[in-house]
Amino acid sequence: MAMKIGNEKFKDNVNKQMEDTFMRGAVAGAQERLRTRRLDAAEELGNWEEWRSHGEEIRQHTLDHLDYYLQELSENLQKRGGHVFFAATAEEANDYVKGIVKEKRAKKILKAKSMVTEEIGLNAVLEQEGCDVIETDLGEYILQLDDHDPPSHIVTPALHKNKEQIKDVFAEKLEYKQTSEPEELALHAREKLRQEFLQADIGITGCNFAIAESGSVGLVTNEGNAGMVSDLPDTQICVMGMERIVPTFEEFEVLVGLLTRSAVGQKLTSYITALTGPRTAGEVDGPSEFHLVIVDNGRSGILGTEFQSVLQCIRCAACINVCPVYRHIGGHSYNSIYPGPIGAVLTPLLGGYDDFKELPYASTLCAACTDACPVKIPLHQLLHRHRQVIVEKEGRAPISEKMAMKAFGIGASSNPLYAAGSKVASSVMKPFTKDETISKGPGPLKAWTEIRDFPAPNKERFRDWFKQHQKESGKA
Amino acid sequence: MKVTLFATCIVDMFQSDVGIATVEVLERLGCEIVFPAQQVCCGQPAYNSGYVEDAKKAMKKMIAAFEDAEVIVTPSGSCATMFKDYQHVFQDDPDWRSRAERLAEKTYELTEFIVDVLKIEDVGAKLEGIATYHPSCHMTRLLGVKDAPMKLLSHVEGLEMQPLPNAQNCCGFGGTFSVKMGNISEQMVDEKVDSVTETKASYLIGADGGCLMNIGGRMQRRGKPVKVMHIAEVLNSR
Repeated sequence: MAMKIGNEKFKDNVNKQMEDTFMRGAVAGAQERLRTRRLDAAEELGNWEEWRSHGEEIRQHTLDHLDYYLQELSENLQKRGGHVFFAATAEEANDYVKGIVKEKRAKKILKAKSMVTEEIGLNAVLEQEGCDVIETDLGEYILQLDDHDPPSHIVTPALHKNKEQIKDVFAEKLEYKQTSEPEELALHAREKLRQEFLQADIGITGCNFAIAESGSVGLVTNEGNAGMVSDLPDTQICVMGMERIVPTFEEFEVLVGLLTRSAVGQKLTSYITALTGPRTAGEVDGPSEFHLVIVDNGRSGILGTEFQSVLQCIRCAACINVCPVYRHIGGHSYNSIYPGPIGAVLTPLLGGYDDFKELPYASTLCAACTDACPVKIPLHQLLHRHRQVIVEKEGRAPISEKMAMKAFGIGASSNPLYAAGSKVASSVMKPFTKDETISKGPGPLKAWTEIRDFPAPNKERFRDWFKQHQKESGKA
Repeated sequence: MKVTLFATCIVDMFQSDVGIATVEVLERLGCEIVFPAQQVCCGQPAYNSGYVEDAKKAMKKMIAAFEDAEVIVTPSGSCATMFKDYQHVFQDDPDWRSRAERLAEKTYELTEFIVDVLKIEDVGAKLEGIATYHPSCHMTRLLGVKDAPMKLLSHVEGLEMQPLPNAQNCCGFGGTFSVKMGNISEQMVDEKVDSVTETKASYLIGADGGCLMNIGGRMQRRGKPVKVMHIAEVLNSR
């Protein structure tokens, strides 16, 4: 699996997903919980708007000087004995990891949750090499067991499954015989995973934020699995998107606070880990070999463009948790591992319009996403910008729509045309009108009236009333 | 005070009553209303669909039509937001940008104007019954007008306001979204209609014609007996 998770058309996906009443109930419930928790956590911290501005400033500064900080990170990590590889493409990143696996003759690879490794499709590549690749984040573990069901959310990947469904997966794949109580399920997964941790040859993690000043990789988790993945295996590989970096621990602290509060409403997660190279003399744990793979895969192409601000993203999913469209169609509809508003902006940039040109239209531009973003990415404006590019630069809009909008431009900018059109609207629509209502409209009104009534045009336009009103009050 | 009315194309063509109510309320509050006949549509339908160049034609027309106004008032949070955004649309065109900046400075949404400029919260309206209010997205999030409608409604004699569950969620209108992604829009508006029904309100009040046309159209189709009212009509009830 790579970033794209299926070959179905967006519309077909949506229709299928909207039939899934369980998923929709789960998403709506989760949205309400997460939204409330986020707002409470923001209020508890105080001055939230100032923190957001600070977060935005840090992200913008880092992106504007990305080459400098990546260089600093790389040099500092190498000083500590780590290896750094810059991968221009997904293929280069996967090949590099594959090379380490071959060199180490590794069989068992344990992973902590990482979106960028999903994006580059690393697991499939390693499995083809004959490796046993095991996800250790509970949500990802469940999805992997369930025949690689794709994630539907970037923070809580198995959001679309309930405990009964999870029990069934465990029963089928792990010969699980207990109840669907979350504690029992989690305990069972823990026991299974503990054995795996002890046998792992290589551990692979993602990276929430790398810290340039020390050459560290910062990880934020709740389950403690990332600690196991990075401490036990003898070889450690971190994979990071090239923009996931901060200058110093001072900025790290600010962004972690914004991330945990925005993602799950927590002041801090249970574990915040900074990994800095391999085990050194005198240290009792940690890997003997440490690799950092810095992935571009389309990101540098976004830098310096009108879409640069999307790279500010800290993957908290606050935008997904408030999106009224995601609420009804769920994560799998987007056909990308990055769903919701952030996915609708990022996916077409990384994956192209051929496969993803519908996504920027899967929004009412209600701006709930922009409002929720802790680093102030103007998400609804970027969605709008995509539409403009699709229409005006790429020329991919349907002809009928183009004609209609052209007519709009002419009609709305010409007073005689607007006046004539609006004046006759009432009589033109008369055949479709009953009780001042149109319930089966022609042309562009058809789609509207399939689900709602449309008001009949005024018999007397407002402007005609106003003229009369002025006359009556002796003003005109 | 001399007020130049930006009626919006929806009001001009489909919701005369809202325009009439706006004029009557403002006149009662001592304003003199001017209506430039050159006004058309603010361009938002084309703009939001990505047809920026086509939309600019309507935008220039509007900038010119309202050039002489001292204060512009409109009964739509969304269209007021569009007026304020013109300056960004013309950011690379210094002449039009500065004209757009002047337009933005003097543009007010109706309730914002009454509460913040006229400094009036009780307009002397009277309406018996239970009502709920849908805060439209552009008006609350982009224009930042959240409290003014509630202040005005709290002074309407006889009106009992019930909070709308999940009020923050969009009603599913989104301009062309409502027809382009009709099936998703249907689910969104259905949830909104269900929330309105849950309040047991007899009136659904809003401050944006597009959203009200969407929610109202769906309620009518589903046979819900709730009356949809623009806030101007509520404030004009006596």
